[in-house]
Amino acid sequence: MIWNPHYETLGRNDLERLQGERLGELVDRLHRRVPFYRRRMEERGVKPADVNRIADITRLPFLNKDDMREVYPLQLLAVDLSEIVEVHTSSGTTGLPVVDAYTSKDVGIWAESMARTLAMGDTSRSDVVHNAYGYGLFTGGLGVHYGARLIGATIIPISGGNTVRQLSILKDFRATVLTCTPSYALHLAEAAREQGLDFQGLPLRVGLFGAESWSQSMRRELEAKMHLKALDIYGLTEVIGPGVASECEAQDGLHICEDLFYPEVIDPQTGQVLPDGAKGELVLTTLTKEGTPMLRYRTRDITFLDHSPCRCGRTSVRMHRLLGRTDDMLIIRGVNVFPSQIEEVLLRLEGVEPHYQLIVEREERLDSLEVQVEMNERLFSDEIKQLERAERRIAEALFAALGIQTRVKLVEPKAIPRSEGKAKRVIDKRK
Amino acid sequence: MTLRQISVFLENKKGRLAEVIGLIAREKINIRALSLADTADFGVLRLIVNDTGKCFDALKQAGFVAQKTEVLAVEISDRPGGLQGVLEVFDRVELNIEYMYAFVERKADNAIVIFRTDQPDKAAKALAAEGINVLNEEAIEQF
Repeated sequence: MIWNPHYETLGRNDLERLQGERLGELVDRLHRRVPFYRRRMEERGVKPADVNRIADITRLPFLNKDDMREVYPLQLLAVDLSEIVEVHTSSGTTGLPVVDAYTSKDVGIWAESMARTLAMGDTSRSDVVHNAYGYGLFTGGLGVHYGARLIGATIIPISGGNTVRQLSILKDFRATVLTCTPSYALHLAEAAREQGLDFQGLPLRVGLFGAESWSQSMRRELEAKMHLKALDIYGLTEVIGPGVASECEAQDGLHICEDLFYPEVIDPQTGQVLPDGAKGELVLTTLTKEGTPMLRYRTRDITFLDHSPCRCGRTSVRMHRLLGRTDDMLIIRGVNVFPSQIEEVLLRLEGVEPHYQLIVEREERLDSLEVQVEMNERLFSDEIKQLERAERRIAEALFAALGIQTRVKLVEPKAIPRSEGKAKRVIDKRK
Repeated sequence: MTLRQISVFLENKKGRLAEVIGLIAREKINIRALSLADTADFGVLRLIVNDTGKCFDALKQAGFVAQKTEVLAVEISDRPGGLQGVLEVFDRVELNIEYMYAFVERKADNAIVIFRTDQPDKAAKALAAEGINVLNEEAIEQF
């Protein structure tokens, strides 16, 4: 179901005209009201009058993650503080948290974009949404909440944690839509199996999973274990939260709400805008947001764009599911390695669960990659030689896929910190 | 004629063995025999206990990866050459021994040797035919 047929099926020319108008208005507003943006524009010698069409966006400066520290907490505010009705921040695990301050209209934009997202999973008034994203400063919980409210679905605002209770509520209230991180979904599936709860008997039909990157094989595993259709959703605190982009039932790329969030993909080294199909860093501009608008924000997420028509009927551009992050990308002895590649390999191996952690070290100026894989019942044997064989089998598969030698180490289950939010996949001791 | 052994996956981490043993003690389960095989990274603890079912459930409950395996417990007279006669039987019927470990019987002058082979029933039959005493689970509980 298409939530907003007018905007979601707009012809390319009309869409670009709309984007151009909105960008012009945004740049004018930011130049007047936000000293930080005005200074950046002046440094690049660009004036609001220079920005008339969406193609003019390349004249504008980028906003980096590092800039976000400089403007913490509210230096990017483009309205009076009294206009702000709600504030969210990122977890701040890699430094200062980044802030999104919403006006009432911004919350409306968020609800609209999340309603579109939920509708991609055919969510309607008659659905029950089990929302296991965390409620609080994290945008996941309330983002889904506002979107589901706009649709008029029944929301179960269970938030994260307490897996046993999650399962009984899921069952008792006959949820049809599940929203949480993919790793938590997998955790729920495992816990259900331990308790003898079979998803086949539940009315659950779709899962909207996001807030961390996951692979195609993890999708297949979730779909098989939970008997639902698993859709990838994308968003980030700085831009709005979840709602930026989502897969439709075709599961072939994520439709970006590009009348609201304008995407570009750039070469992370040169800043050059890349054409469709070329992998690079995703850059987003919030075309309509009032509180803390983002102008050409460099997300550090790696993807590519596809403007070809989708069979769902939406005309919006699609981004490929995340291929990694510019800062997650590990360079091991000169080879680029993304954690998602490793996950892909583990999922292909019989008996291996995709619970892993990567430890990168430098020994005598040589990088080493240790892949810790959690033991499980199907992999376990009372014979040491079988366990060593399992380690070798994993190492050989990784070598075949990545082209580098890794040290595989079997660890006890749940030894790897399990996310109710996000899994910590990489420990880089070289830094 | 076989009996059940429990094996537990353990990381080579300080205090981990003590945690398992402590858990078993709190459940008031008696360990009859044990062996620990290890590599640099991990170990496999193998246990023969007086209440296999209860012990296994307690370990699972505590989140350990554990498994039950059928093994053979063979009574061997505690004197030079006692083990040799048993090994000759394995050799004759062409059965591989994956691993073995021994403990000494309290009541008689015998040693009990635990054998892990992929065909425990065949081994038990061959040993019994030679008049070698293969113990079952009830018999082990007596020791």
